[in-house]
Amino acid sequence: MFAYRKPLLMTAAAFAMLSQVAAAEEQFFPIVSYRVGPYGANGQSFYGGFVDYLNYVNLKDGGINGVKLAWEECETEYNNAKGVECYERLKAKAKVSTGPLHVMSTGISYALIDKTAEDKLPLAMMGYGRTDAVDGSVFPYAFPLVTTYQMQASAIIKFIKDKEKGNLDGKKIVFLYHDSAYGKEPIVALQEEAKLNKFALTLIPVAHPGNEQSAQWLQIRQENPDYVVFWGWGVMNQTAIKAAQKVGFARDKMIGSWWAGSEEDTVPAGDAAKGYMAATWNVAGSDVPLIADIKKVVYGAGKGNLQDQAKLGTILYNRGVSAAVLSVEALRGAQEKYGKGKPVNGEQVRWAMENLNITDARLKEIGATDLLPPIKTSCADHEGSGMVKIQQWDGAKWVPVSGWIEGNKGLIHPLFKASAQQYAKEKGITPKDCAKES
Amino acid sequence: MRFFLEVLISGLLSGVMYSLVALGFVLIYKASGVFNFAQGAMVYLAALAVVGCMEKGAPLWLAVLLAFGIMTLFGIATEKFVLRKLVNQPPIALFMATIGLAFFIEGLAPMVFGSDPRALDIGIVDEPIEAILNGWGMVISKFDLAAAAIAAVLVTTLALFFQYTRIGRALRAVADDHQAALSIGIPLQHIWAIVWGVAGFVALVAGMLWGARNGVQFALTFTALKALPVLIIGGFTSVPGAIVGGLIIGASEKLAEIYLPALMQSAFGGNFGGIEGWFPYVLALGFLLVRPEGLFGEKHIDRV
Repeated sequence: MFAYRKPLLMTAAAFAMLSQVAAAEEQFFPIVSYRVGPYGANGQSFYGGFVDYLNYVNLKDGGINGVKLAWEECETEYNNAKGVECYERLKAKAKVSTGPLHVMSTGISYALIDKTAEDKLPLAMMGYGRTDAVDGSVFPYAFPLVTTYQMQASAIIKFIKDKEKGNLDGKKIVFLYHDSAYGKEPIVALQEEAKLNKFALTLIPVAHPGNEQSAQWLQIRQENPDYVVFWGWGVMNQTAIKAAQKVGFARDKMIGSWWAGSEEDTVPAGDAAKGYMAATWNVAGSDVPLIADIKKVVYGAGKGNLQDQAKLGTILYNRGVSAAVLSVEALRGAQEKYGKGKPVNGEQVRWAMENLNITDARLKEIGATDLLPPIKTSCADHEGSGMVKIQQWDGAKWVPVSGWIEGNKGLIHPLFKASAQQYAKEKGITPKDCAKES
Repeated sequence: MRFFLEVLISGLLSGVMYSLVALGFVLIYKASGVFNFAQGAMVYLAALAVVGCMEKGAPLWLAVLLAFGIMTLFGIATEKFVLRKLVNQPPIALFMATIGLAFFIEGLAPMVFGSDPRALDIGIVDEPIEAILNGWGMVISKFDLAAAAIAAVLVTTLALFFQYTRIGRALRAVADDHQAALSIGIPLQHIWAIVWGVAGFVALVAGMLWGARNGVQFALTFTALKALPVLIIGGFTSVPGAIVGGLIIGASEKLAEIYLPALMQSAFGGNFGGIEGWFPYVLALGFLLVRPEGLFGEKHIDRV
């Protein structure tokens, strides 16, 4: 009865070893995503772009220096508890080798920020999440890459100031925001900008989910502001655009955040969205060389992640590609330092993310010129850029109406530093000395 | 004063939109004595069915007809596969079944019709009426007025239907006691199928109006959030109660949103707002304390 036991065990052990070897030659990406639920449409585009780029690197270059990219996706439905569950499920594999974790949810980011630091796995929060993590001396494993809500708000004010010929003195700006951590983050920055530029700032919150805003827009009509800076998410965005139309507020005086500036936000609002503007840290368009090449290489091979190819080149698809570009560049950097042709672990990727230097020349090599801004990170600056473009909806597509605009770093970054130091004090964290980092 | 009136009217008109969703709850409650947790999901399904059919090339009128057909079939299927097994079970069992149904619809509907947020143009522009704007300086939306008119027609029809038709009377009997209604020959299964079909139609109207206003997307399921305080105030069993409850919620939450923050700020300091998220529930709580059956609900007396 037991005659076959030994050979069977040996075979099983051999298979286990082989599979480990195979796994060791791959670079694993834990993908904590959402493609169904209230924000599923946004997740489909973002994670579609993300996975397409990973596939593209495998198909076009055979991986990174021969190391193929592998990934496993876990569905959160944009639910914090499920986000943590997914993370715990993928953690064991990620401890062997990992790409940065992108959860595209401020709530899930907050839930994971301490856990990822404990597990030494880098958490990327590109355009969301805990913004004072810009200070890497307190948050070594968290990266609010590219730009933050505060820097975005500051850049929007700069854009408005340029439109007003450099003078905002006496102007009225309403900040209409989702009444949540996401919506409240830029308030301090805007208040600082208001003091500096002498404009009157009115704060108007909108309760979640934001599908009813008539009171707020009547208040805006009463205030008669020069501009409305708008921090919405999901259904709140279309509702605001339609409500602006209802009270006769000009859409080209309304500037949204990057979570209020995708096709998913404007298309459902129909004609009311024409002229509406929003910030973005990545541009739309399938004519970006990289996006066109992804279509050719990945979809040509029948390995595209999106069922609906019309999403290729949309804001959120291109944002997913941009997130993957930065992740792959970080892995390249880690391999350069720790050994080419080998998978890298969380600590090594963390180092690389803290030493990213993606120049215009490098973006051109990738085919991503102007898709996203150049980025240079450091221990003291996990953001690395702070730049956005302003884009305008022409009724059918987003069109950039500015170059890259950098927020007022001198004004905003000290706010991050103060907040991070306060966090360190509360948590008993000793900030590391960034001067000693290399 | 002009601003106060503007906020008040805008609130009343928003309240009508809440009432439209609340009506669906009332219908199901009247027929089965259960709070239909899936009503918000039905609104979403109905609106998605309309835009889904339009994307396949159907004109609006045909898409609406097809969506109505889908909602009727859905009602019949719900009766056959869910409710029939639960006749004479405690209301909590039916309530739990509707929770399951909500998740089922929320998963199935986007799978069939796609999950991208889409615009729905029903030919009524959400813009201010020029004459009122120029004459009184007040913003009253054409769309909101049209929605109010549609709601008025719907409520009148439903109220007459419940009051004066045989089905309406049978329906009220079923709500009182399933077993007693069956024993005197009322066809419970037909009644439930009819009422779920009518609730589907109400969901279709609500879905089209909300969808045209904010886009057709998953967030339509959230429209049910405001229906609960509307029902508590108006009464779970009253069609006119759903309208009055909606008007009270709409007007009071808008006035609270505008005028309470300043009062709270002077009392406590800081920045207040987003009050309309919680205010209706506090108001409903107050009603529960003084009039638990709502303004128009039937007083429930248990004899022991």
